[in-house]
Amino acid sequence: MLKINNALSAIGSKWMIFFFKALLAFLPIQLSAQQHAGQYDVADIAYGAQLFAGRCVVCHGADGDLMPRANLRSGTFRNASSDRDLMRVIRDGIEGTAMASTGYADAELTALVAYVRNITNFNGSGEVLGDPSTGKELFNGKGECLSCHNTGLGGPKYAPHLGKIGITRTAAALRRAMQDSSEGMLPINRELVLETNSGELIRGRRLNEDTYSVQLITREGNLLSLDKTQLLSIEINKTSSMPNYGTLLSEQEHADLLAYLLSLKGPVFEGLTP
Amino acid sequence: MKKIFLITCSSLLFSIKCFGQVTQSQLDSAGENPGNWLTYSGTYKSQRYSTLDEVDTGNVSKLELKWVFQAQSLEAFEATPLVVDSIIYLTEAPNTVYALDAETGRTFWRYQHDPSIDARPCCGRVNRGLAIANDSLYMATIDAKLLSLDAVTGVLKWQIDVADPALGYAMTLAPLVIKDKVIVGVAGGEYGIRGFIAAFDLETGEERWRFYTIPGPGEPGHESWDSGSWEHGGASIWLTGSYDPTLNLTYWGVGNPGPDWNPEQRPGDNLYSDSVVALNPDTGELVWHFQFTPNDDYDYDSIQIPVLADFQLNDLSSGKYMLWANRNGFYYLLDRTNGKFLKGTPFVKVNWASGLDETGRPIETPQGPEKVTFPGVQGGTNWYSPSYSPQTELFYVTAWENYGSIFIPQDITYVPGRIFGGGALGGPIPGAANLPAFGNQPINTWTSEVGNGAILALDPKSGEQVWRYPMNDIGHSGILTTAGNLLFSGNREGLFFALNAKTGEILWHQRLGGQGNNGPITFLHNNQQRIATAMGNSLFVYGLKK
Repeated sequence: MLKINNALSAIGSKWMIFFFKALLAFLPIQLSAQQHAGQYDVADIAYGAQLFAGRCVVCHGADGDLMPRANLRSGTFRNASSDRDLMRVIRDGIEGTAMASTGYADAELTALVAYVRNITNFNGSGEVLGDPSTGKELFNGKGECLSCHNTGLGGPKYAPHLGKIGITRTAAALRRAMQDSSEGMLPINRELVLETNSGELIRGRRLNEDTYSVQLITREGNLLSLDKTQLLSIEINKTSSMPNYGTLLSEQEHADLLAYLLSLKGPVFEGLTP
Repeated sequence: MKKIFLITCSSLLFSIKCFGQVTQSQLDSAGENPGNWLTYSGTYKSQRYSTLDEVDTGNVSKLELKWVFQAQSLEAFEATPLVVDSIIYLTEAPNTVYALDAETGRTFWRYQHDPSIDARPCCGRVNRGLAIANDSLYMATIDAKLLSLDAVTGVLKWQIDVADPALGYAMTLAPLVIKDKVIVGVAGGEYGIRGFIAAFDLETGEERWRFYTIPGPGEPGHESWDSGSWEHGGASIWLTGSYDPTLNLTYWGVGNPGPDWNPEQRPGDNLYSDSVVALNPDTGELVWHFQFTPNDDYDYDSIQIPVLADFQLNDLSSGKYMLWANRNGFYYLLDRTNGKFLKGTPFVKVNWASGLDETGRPIETPQGPEKVTFPGVQGGTNWYSPSYSPQTELFYVTAWENYGSIFIPQDITYVPGRIFGGGALGGPIPGAANLPAFGNQPINTWTSEVGNGAILALDPKSGEQVWRYPMNDIGHSGILTTAGNLLFSGNREGLFFALNAKTGEILWHQRLGGQGNNGPITFLHNNQQRIATAMGNSLFVYGLKK
């Protein structure tokens, strides 16, 4: 059901074709699950993506996550909650910050808000996505992902927690990590192998580092801070211990697993409101 | 052949953190394990006293700076850190949590909660810290949510809405864990809220009980409000309470009634505003209360930390006391088994009351809007944590001396989410300016004509002043005392200093350049004593030079 719709190839500009194709490849499964489903027009989302790529990308980055204090992929905004708030911020900027007024017209603001609201659903890479429920079964079963990763509470703490991976990584980045885990791994997540002055070895995932010290988490879930003067060597293991799913999974399984990962956007706690 | 290093929690070669479960037993006996700092006030007794004595009056001048953590936020740094096995858990405004390495100050992880734009805390987007139990941290947020985080990874475990921020409800306090519950209270006394204290399940976040600090219709104390005034009567909670495991009572200070400055809109004593309430932590049931300022005219919140101390007063006494230097300018000694008033005396200049009767009720002498009322609106003291040292048997208070305000009541209509103050501050005050710039400024406009700050050492049994350390400017910093006969505190001038706890003699000071807004703490790292304080927007950590 997730086939790229070529019927759009005859209309619009090259830009629009690209965004529509990418969007339609993703929307059927994703928009149905999100909070604002049906609230935003597909054409607005695509037009907003085009506007974003032309200007906003300079500060916010191609994926909207370049500014930690204004991560557009997080779905929450420090100075806006409603769409009207977002339009105001985009149009007028935020005094005292790098967010300058843009002066976009109402139609452009509508498009930009539509895109920002759907930024984590917008599949700009054109990756083929499958069924997230089948992907979840793969994640918990054949893929053995839970032996290192965690998406909820409990379980291993060594590998990065994936509970919000659908917000923090793009479809293309996740695809790369699954197909070639060593190349696709973020450098900060690479395992360190540390040899002490007395010849002992310590392995851990790097959390932080400066010139004189390094901070790790071990496979046992302990936090370590090490003084580099007490280390003989520090090796960065560029070979990921995660399997290369490019050969272990079929193309459809890839698409399913990717769809599941992109659906992980953090827990919803609405049910506990007293 | 290389061997895999077996990581042990006892290794001193490296700074190795093996996070252990923080159990109820550890919380109950935190004072006997001074290497950690497990609650906002250090222990359930909230004495902010540590038995660590490596740093003492003889070597305190040899303290050296070990590292500095610079917050990303430029808003007030009011948080007291927690320390568990050399990991420091810290918040910065508004609601970001850090896990720091006690050796280097480097960050292991960071969790950022972005509060709703509906949040409208009256007095700054501040957070005063965390609670910890088992392997979870708990944070109350300015948009009135309660969060639980994994202490090793910083991953969010659960989050609940405690109240509606759009109505002025906020949370700025560090939560308190007692047994299987985490307890918080709501701020918002300037917005016409109805205050409450509530307990939530540690594991699930489900609410277990709620105690309204304003009794509803049919409940004892409801008669202390006139008609509908109770519905928007304030009585907020914005500092952490204390707990006595032997009595199974938890004690919380309650804020001002609303509207703040117009008592004629709310005739009656306005229970339980400006009171201390003693609750059963299992049920939230009220066991006793004591009201410091009935029908408050002056915004004299009684949210000060309830300091619990044990000593013998006389043959008939229980030996279990509560020490309380109140914002209204009086020092109180209460029996914490039953709330009985034992002693009360002014610790700063007071003219709104001529004294206290035998029950502790003030004998009021209102000055009216034509004259200056002492203490002023910020009080003789406020939210700055006091300290009690069992070593010196003295009670220490950060005080504002000779400082007054002119209060002008005004009628006000309650509007949801809007300030419900009901008055204004008049002026000029004869012989002095009104309250100058409240925050730390490059040029200090605060002069002795307006009042001055001081660290006061009081005899807790009588309330009499034993010694006094005067400061040019006022202070917002809490107090730490240690078994090294030391007292650490700071002030708005950017000074962080150590006094001889017995005599008040100044022994050491540092110019850290930013206002102190929290209380110093002490802990052990690699068996060496550390002293930590936040000044300005940074956390400074000191230890003896080796």
